[in-house]
Amino acid sequence: MLDSTPAGLLPDETPLLQTVGLTKRYGSFLANDAIDIDIWPQQIHALLGENGAGKSTLVKAIYGLIQPSEGEMRWQGEPMVLSGPSEARAHGIGMVFQHFSLFDNLTVAENVALGLDGKESFKDMSARLKEVSNVYGLPLEPRREVWQLSVGERQRIEIVRALMQNPKFLILDEPTAVLTPQEADQLFIVLNRLKSEGRAILYISHKLEEVKRLCDTATILRGGRKVATCNPKAETAASLARMMVGADIKEVKIAAGRRTTVPRLVVNDLSLAPDDAHGVRLQHISLELKGGEILGIAGVAGNGQDEFFAALSGERLAKDPGTVVIDGIAAGHLSITQRRKLGAAFVPEERLGHGTAPRMKLSENALLTGHAASGMVQHGFVNTAATLSTVDRATESFDVRKAKRDPEAASLSGGNLQKFIVGREILRNPTVLVVSQPTWGVDAGAAAVIRQALLDLAASGAAVLVTSQDLDELTEITDRIAVMFHGHLSEPLATAEASREKLGLLMGGSSLEQKEAADVSGG
Amino acid sequence: MYLVLEKRAERSHTIALVSPLVAIGLTIVTMSILFAIIGKNPVAALDAYFIAPLTDSYSLQEIAVKATPLVLIAIGLSLCYLANAWNIGAEGQFLIGAVAGSWIAVKTQGTDAGYWVLPAMLLLGAAAGALYGLIPAICKVRFGASEILTSLMLVYVADLFLDYLVRGPWRDPAGFNFPTTADFDPVATVPVLIEGSRLHLGAVIALVVVAAASVLLGRTIKGFEIRVVGAAPRAARFGGFNSNHLILLTFAISGGLAGLAGIIEVAGPVGHLQPGISPGYGFTAIIVAFLGRLNPIGILIAGLFLALTFIGGEQAQITMKIPLDVTKVFQGLLLFYVLACDSLILYRFRLIFPSRQVPRGTG
Repeated sequence: MLDSTPAGLLPDETPLLQTVGLTKRYGSFLANDAIDIDIWPQQIHALLGENGAGKSTLVKAIYGLIQPSEGEMRWQGEPMVLSGPSEARAHGIGMVFQHFSLFDNLTVAENVALGLDGKESFKDMSARLKEVSNVYGLPLEPRREVWQLSVGERQRIEIVRALMQNPKFLILDEPTAVLTPQEADQLFIVLNRLKSEGRAILYISHKLEEVKRLCDTATILRGGRKVATCNPKAETAASLARMMVGADIKEVKIAAGRRTTVPRLVVNDLSLAPDDAHGVRLQHISLELKGGEILGIAGVAGNGQDEFFAALSGERLAKDPGTVVIDGIAAGHLSITQRRKLGAAFVPEERLGHGTAPRMKLSENALLTGHAASGMVQHGFVNTAATLSTVDRATESFDVRKAKRDPEAASLSGGNLQKFIVGREILRNPTVLVVSQPTWGVDAGAAAVIRQALLDLAASGAAVLVTSQDLDELTEITDRIAVMFHGHLSEPLATAEASREKLGLLMGGSSLEQKEAADVSGG
Repeated sequence: MYLVLEKRAERSHTIALVSPLVAIGLTIVTMSILFAIIGKNPVAALDAYFIAPLTDSYSLQEIAVKATPLVLIAIGLSLCYLANAWNIGAEGQFLIGAVAGSWIAVKTQGTDAGYWVLPAMLLLGAAAGALYGLIPAICKVRFGASEILTSLMLVYVADLFLDYLVRGPWRDPAGFNFPTTADFDPVATVPVLIEGSRLHLGAVIALVVVAAASVLLGRTIKGFEIRVVGAAPRAARFGGFNSNHLILLTFAISGGLAGLAGIIEVAGPVGHLQPGISPGYGFTAIIVAFLGRLNPIGILIAGLFLALTFIGGEQAQITMKIPLDVTKVFQGLLLFYVLACDSLILYRFRLIFPSRQVPRGTG
């Protein structure tokens, strides 16, 4: 840097990092519109906003991943232009991404070495890795291969990797999305310690309670613009949400359920080996779900939820037909199409590429799951009018906003596409709905519509199974909650009795250990 | 200032239609430079290639004759490519179809076999092509072998097998030791449409196949399955479509159509089995399929265009002594440019200017 002022003499009123009128344009779309933000040392600064508000764009610009179209960034008062992330790191900016960039088959130390621009030997680096991880209470064994590690441990690698460059400023993108409540508490201790060492932290999240607990300042983005900078401790979760969304969020209404006595979805002692080396083995899963009931499955991502969804949907088949029973019919050996014909419907976690073919029209994506049982196909020919009418009905019932009648799936925003997918399935009047992460990355308005739809479907007598990592969501809409850990499913708890602490313990696998201990001593 | 490729929100249908034309334009520009380098007048050469063949009825008929196998093969290939199954071995399936159909012609030669001979030849040719196409498909589905490699390697097997037959067991005893079978009997020959021309029934079959493929892809659930499996494999599995079945199906259809094209070519314009019955139809058809946007109607047009390059290439060789291999250079360039231009369907170019600095405060 050309700075002639000795670092120690920097005036205190200079922020560590400043963006001035930072603007990023993609074609005619303004992802960031003249954003001013000041980051001060020794502060945890929250960046709040709905999906698509421009948080990622802003952070990418600060980390040198994209070039701003207009405006400027200042580092300790001096203009800063970043040609890439390595230059950002050289300034002392570190980042921990939401999606980890780790190689499963390499060791912890190898992964860290790949992310460093360093010149030190691998041995020295490993030693330093161990030291840094111990100092910050983030224990890591450098020689373990990443695929053996839990999601929380993987995040530790990313954090330690960033800390090894001794950053003055650390950016974390939704770090608690993949953590249990207890793991999140551990992380907050580390972050507070980093803050006390004089570092600045930019903390991206949409969990408002967390932000209130942890952060000193909050900048709120909406539609690419900065709408406020405030002290989150002085706000309520509701007032923060209002600033993020720009309106009050509708509360979901829980109708009086019409319980049927027959179980509509039964899983009997389902065990399934993973189909790839790093998958999770499902172990003796059993559950019973009656019509009118919503069962939630909580758990940290990667504990077998994907495998369980595939086993329920029929994307993977079980050997024993009796392991999955849909509306009284053994279906473990039936294909997804046959299960749909029995009245089941499925909404996977990935909207693009799994729930829909991204580059195909909505009408074709209606056909994707509707061809089995809804008069869309006659004698092998597609009834285009029927597929289009499904699009129209989903659009109307679920308020899907789109540019034209029948656009490509990929052109819809996440929330609108999710409303379409949920609508597409609910319009088939399923008796069993299995849905994974129904509101993941969806704006608050769409999330409310989707949750209400799930409640209404259950009220009409269907059995609904919801897998989610969002405990607030599960608490809001489910009757019972079970927890998935290492391919095991816990006994469901009544939602009213499922405290965050209890669920957190189950998510960390502790009751399982107790149970095993009891089994050993008992046997 | 620099140039970036930026992803579009939605695929551009305009570019999808315009891209082949741009590619043809760029190919012609490149070819002109090439002609100039080898000392030929580019204008005269392009005239020989693209204009002269369109001006007399004999050449026009020849274009249709050449387009027939190209379109038949490319329609099958387009189904494979849409389903993400990479059949590169249509040339081999073409040859095997020709061989299998010829077997009936050779065995009934000189007998008083009736009108069943030609239909039986066409059926057997198509069936053999389909079975030959299924070999790489089964290796792919069962063992995960790359169908690109296996289908391509089987081309050379088919080529040498044909060579062996016409030099050995099937050689015409009265053929002065030339490696060829005897000319097929009239009942084993594809009838011409107009007396005295070379335009034959195969052209009609090709048109029927184009129409059938249009219906299959546009209107039926099977066609939808083929498109989804290629476009979004995981979504296809979620939809309940089995990608392995579709690999087998599309390979069988494309092998069958290539085999049909092979036997039509041998029983039609060529009239007997001999080596060199194909100037690379199976490979040129790959270009036809992509130039035609993997769309049946597009393939019909693209097939006629590439047939024009074959005829034009012969004209240019005769009138201007331009080597025939230049035609292959032309076809290669065309495929290169089509694929390059296609990236603009999903992406667009944008000029980026360095960010304007906000006026700095006077410090």
